[in-house]
Amino acid sequence: MAKITYKHPDGTETVVDVPAPNTVMRGAKINNIVGIEAQCGGSAQCGTCHVYVDETCGVALPEMHEDEDEVLYGTASPRRDSSRLSCQLRITDDALDGLVVHLPERQS
Amino acid sequence: MAGRSVVIIGAGQAGSDTAAALRAQGFTGSITLVGDERHPPYQRPPLSKGYLTGATLREDLLLRPETFYPAQDIELLCGDEAVGLDREIRSVTLRSGRELRYDTLVLATGARPRRLPVPGADLPGVLTLRGADDSDTLRARLADGGRTLDLAVVGAGFIGLELAATARKLGHRVTVVEALPRALQRALSPEMSAHLSTEHQRRGVRLLLRREVTELLAGATGEVRALRLNDGELVPADLVVVGIGVLPNVDLAVGAGLAVGDGILVDEHLRTSDPDIHAIGDCARFPSPHAGRPVRLESVQNATDQARTVAAAVCGAGEPYTAVPWFWSEQYELRLQIAGLTAGHDQAVVAGDVEQGRFSVFCFREGRLTGVESLNRAADHGISRRLLAAGTDLTPEQVARPGFDLKHLARQAT
Ligand SMILES: Cc1cc2nc3c(=O)[nH]c(=O)nc-3n(C[C@H](O)[C@H](O)[C@H](O)COP(=O)(O)OP(=O)(O)OC[C@H]3O[C@@H](n4cnc5c(N)ncnc54)[C@H](O)[C@@H]3O)c2cc1C
Ligand code: FES
Repeated sequence: MAKITYKHPDGTETVVDVPAPNTVMRGAKINNIVGIEAQCGGSAQCGTCHVYVDETCGVALPEMHEDEDEVLYGTASPRRDSSRLSCQLRITDDALDGLVVHLPERQS
Repeated sequence: MAGRSVVIIGAGQAGSDTAAALRAQGFTGSITLVGDERHPPYQRPPLSKGYLTGATLREDLLLRPETFYPAQDIELLCGDEAVGLDREIRSVTLRSGRELRYDTLVLATGARPRRLPVPGADLPGVLTLRGADDSDTLRARLADGGRTLDLAVVGAGFIGLELAATARKLGHRVTVVEALPRALQRALSPEMSAHLSTEHQRRGVRLLLRREVTELLAGATGEVRALRLNDGELVPADLVVVGIGVLPNVDLAVGAGLAVGDGILVDEHLRTSDPDIHAIGDCARFPSPHAGRPVRLESVQNATDQARTVAAAVCGAGEPYTAVPWFWSEQYELRLQIAGLTAGHDQAVVAGDVEQGRFSVFCFREGRLTGVESLNRAADHGISRRLLAAGTDLTPEQVARPGFDLKHLARQAT
């Protein structure tokens, strides 16, 4: 279980507990959080689960795989250094608790 | 909006996404989602890929957890079927006898596999792949005590080839029979389809093009044992999967007198000939600005983007549907992505490293970019989608120039 904060572009936020082994993307889908589309269902194909990780939250992230890096070139909102695909951020027993992500303006 | 009722027929990708999008967009009326399958809405793409090998878990197949629907105040009726539609009184009748009154009806009934119109097509051991139950059956057969099977796939389309790839990975002997001169002829450029064919053959798939199945023959057990082809060849088969395309589910629409023609006909707002009824996803034929004509698209992108368009329409926003189509397929470690529509192009320019299997085919019609097929080049795909949405002026000459790199171009543009 991890507490994940999704910050919306309008400044509001949604904080939810997401059980392992879901991804940060699934956490958003489960809670019908607007702003994560995830059309490809988590197979690092679509880029519509793009998030900006809040670097001040201090949570260590898994390494970025090459596929994820490639997909991030084509996101609808600009890529930044903090950009990740939320479908590639998997919640395990101790990882990602306290993660804060900013949702981009648009996903497609 | 409050007090209004939306009934959605078909609890697949499009139906489930419509229900979710309505709530996400603030709709407060009642939502009923009816699906004839006994499963809560799930994703189909893994059915021919990771779900068959066990890489995708059943929980991950679900589009949303079961608890989602009650939590969002969406009434989900699984295992029931809409059998009648009365537009006069705005009511849908279910097989269970229940009647559902609607203010807005959304038809998201999807499509069903075409049957092979030859003798023996209904023998045991002849399967199609559309739903989770089909995939479960197939998975059990492919696991069959670790036995190596002769699998025959009829049709070299996406589903056929994905299945061929998965079955090869599991060690089975695979023959694919295709009537057309090349694999994925309707969907892909000659360049990309040639490359994929070679990759399949290199991995041991026997690909028979320009050949037709004329009969399916039973063995001693009564199960299918072989395919007979039009040139007389007999192809051994312990199992046959037919993947020769789908037919849109239009029965309800036809019964109610809605305009239909290979799909339920809708306008740019995805409204059928009855303004209270929308049709979306695999079952709908809509005017596409990207195709320049009415088309029916079978993709997750189309289902989910159309769902949002309809939800917005119900909530009062009247935007026409113009999303850039895109599609993906996975075969072995090959990741194919298509942005836009490439059918009917008159010029194709290949960029990237074909030898290494990392390249994109840029397709143009009358000098305009209409679509891009990318193999293991996800950056090209994503950037192409943006370019197509923005109405790009990328030229064939630009793409053909040595050192052309879309990533570079995208960086310049931002
Ligand atoms: C094996 C497979 C692999 C695929 N792979 C990809 C891929 O890699 N990428 C991609 O983009 N797309 C892929 N697709 C296509 C994609 O899954 C479909 O385009 C998408 O599911 C369409 O959604 P839909 O809601 O229109 O139809 P469906 O998902 O088919 O849902 C329609 C539902 O309505 C039900 N229904 C029909 N009539 C009635 C009725 N009268 N009453 C109640 N319920 C009814 C059906 O049983 C079904 O459950 C794949 C499809 C399959 C089958
Ligand atoms: S869900 Fe498609 S890339 Fe993450």
